[in-house]
Amino acid sequence: MSLLRSLADRDRVFDFLVPAASPVDVRHGPILYLEDVTVSFDGFKAIDGLDLTIDDGELRCIIGPNGAGKTTMMDIITGKTRPDTGKVWFGSRHDLLAMNEPEIASLGIGRKFQKPTVFEALSVFENLELAMAADKRILPTLMACLTGEVRDRIDEVLATIGLAGLRHRPAGILSHGQKQWLEIGMLLMQRPRLLLVDEPVAGMTEQEMERTAELLTGLAGAGKQSVVVVEHDMGFVRSIARQVTVLHQGSVLAEGSMDRISHDPKVIEVYLGAEEAA
Amino acid sequence: MQSRSWLLRPFSERSTQLFIGVLLAALALVTVLHLAVPAGHPLNVTAYTVNLFGKYLSYALLAVAVDLVWGYLGILSLGHGAFFALGGYAMGMYLMRQIGDRGTYGDPVLPDFMVFLNWESLPWYWQGFDMAWFAFAMVLLAPGALALVFGWLAFRSRVTGVYLSIITQAMTFALMLAFFRNEMGFGGNNGLTDFRDILGFSLRNDATRLGLFIATGVALALGYVICRAIVVSKLGRVCVATRDAEARTRFLGYRVERFQLFVFVISAMLAGVAGALYVPQVGIINPSEFEPIFSIEIVLWVALGGRATLYGAVIGAILVNYAKTVFTGVMPDAWLFALGALFVLVTVFLPRGVAGLLAYRFKRQRRSSDDTATPQEASA
Repeated sequence: MSLLRSLADRDRVFDFLVPAASPVDVRHGPILYLEDVTVSFDGFKAIDGLDLTIDDGELRCIIGPNGAGKTTMMDIITGKTRPDTGKVWFGSRHDLLAMNEPEIASLGIGRKFQKPTVFEALSVFENLELAMAADKRILPTLMACLTGEVRDRIDEVLATIGLAGLRHRPAGILSHGQKQWLEIGMLLMQRPRLLLVDEPVAGMTEQEMERTAELLTGLAGAGKQSVVVVEHDMGFVRSIARQVTVLHQGSVLAEGSMDRISHDPKVIEVYLGAEEAA
Repeated sequence: MQSRSWLLRPFSERSTQLFIGVLLAALALVTVLHLAVPAGHPLNVTAYTVNLFGKYLSYALLAVAVDLVWGYLGILSLGHGAFFALGGYAMGMYLMRQIGDRGTYGDPVLPDFMVFLNWESLPWYWQGFDMAWFAFAMVLLAPGALALVFGWLAFRSRVTGVYLSIITQAMTFALMLAFFRNEMGFGGNNGLTDFRDILGFSLRNDATRLGLFIATGVALALGYVICRAIVVSKLGRVCVATRDAEARTRFLGYRVERFQLFVFVISAMLAGVAGALYVPQVGIINPSEFEPIFSIEIVLWVALGGRATLYGAVIGAILVNYAKTVFTGVMPDAWLFALGALFVLVTVFLPRGVAGLLAYRFKRQRRSSDDTATPQEASA
């Protein structure tokens, strides 16, 4: 009966009537908010009571030894893994735990995987075209044609990632570093609000690393994207980070500027210490 | 250069223009050689040969349908023979109803095999097949519906790769067993045959056979253009992306399983049309078209011709079936060995099939003409 009454309630706006792609509400500051998230795989707690807040426009680095739960955290945010308990909110309106992967992606969370996976048979240009935020249902995709606006957007991103000269080459011939940039470009085509970047400089040369640092620091900023970088390479983290979060055994060990972090005795013990002693 | 209508886009491509041109020229040539050259003349194309070519063309359309899902979507369907056969059965049911009271038993409604089985009345699923429009709609809808249900179950559960190939084999095998049964009402192992006429034209007439040959050629052209339009659209690029990195495509926000389903159903419908055009030309449809080996053979045609080119599938289907006709005439027992040998040779020496060889030759020719190009041409 109460169900029927609630259905008859005229003032109520049902969830399914609210436009799904409504802009993310960041008036209260944070764009991403994780509270007390716990995940265990076969009894092993990969994430244990994790709290994390990312502000709009922030560039955040997340570091931590192997098995600290960095990748699992990314999986939770993107909807690949469901946490056992906890809350995950995108802005103050979207509960990410109630959404599936494509919904989260179309809401504006882009993820760059550790291993670059670009579509090797397609050209650089086509890779970006597919990644673009657009109506991704079947018939609109079939009818879609390249408007001037789309070309401009792709050109803009090609310039940002420095691959304009290779636009018509198949992505399969790109070097490892170029593939990483193309991946970042593909994320940018989705006009994301939040970029999750997993180990962007693994296997890169010094020059490629510098170039990537410039690219990432240029991306974050007020009114633009928020960027979360998970990285092992401390030199690289030092070169881009303003705020650093250290994960250890599935929860936050320390948080703050790189200077503060690198002098924190707990951090030195579990992470930096091990590396610097070596 | 961007054409507004997605269906017209392929016409601005060189390869499609060439393909359609060659196909129409071949249709015209065969028609002229059949009609205008007197019988007995060495250039005369006999009614038998026209009929044979018509059969090859329907196989070519089937191969195009398989190439669409295998070449561009990476779904190795080993069950496309089932869609082909369903289209064929829909056409066969129409042709059976057209026989009327001219059958051996002279029953005005029931086909001969039903009278023979002492059936009193027409089963419900035979209703409506006396009307051409209904039967022709079923040619599309029956394979389409099977593909929709099968594909929905398979793609939703993210069944891909070898597992999908195996269950498509199982599907066609199960259908073969079902259609072998007399109780199914499709003529059991004899299938449907003894057809008289189609749309009022006698099937024993040479002119009707020529008409069917031309209709098959036109259907192949249309099917090719539809597939090509899909392939060159953004949807085609999503398909290639799915083929190469499915998880990544899903992560970009594309509902991969829906794209797979859409293309799979289109492909099944094209296979159904191919089957429907095949049946009146060979005069029979029986459960042997459901045989797993036939579905595997289709994949071989595509592999030999060159995967993911569409025109390669056409070349492969025609070449292999021509070779089959010749071989089974000369030494019937050797055909399967020859097919196997052909497959091994092509895989080793022409990994991209006959189409790959053509593309390579064409590119080299163009490059060498670019190199030596202008001086002579300018003077000439």
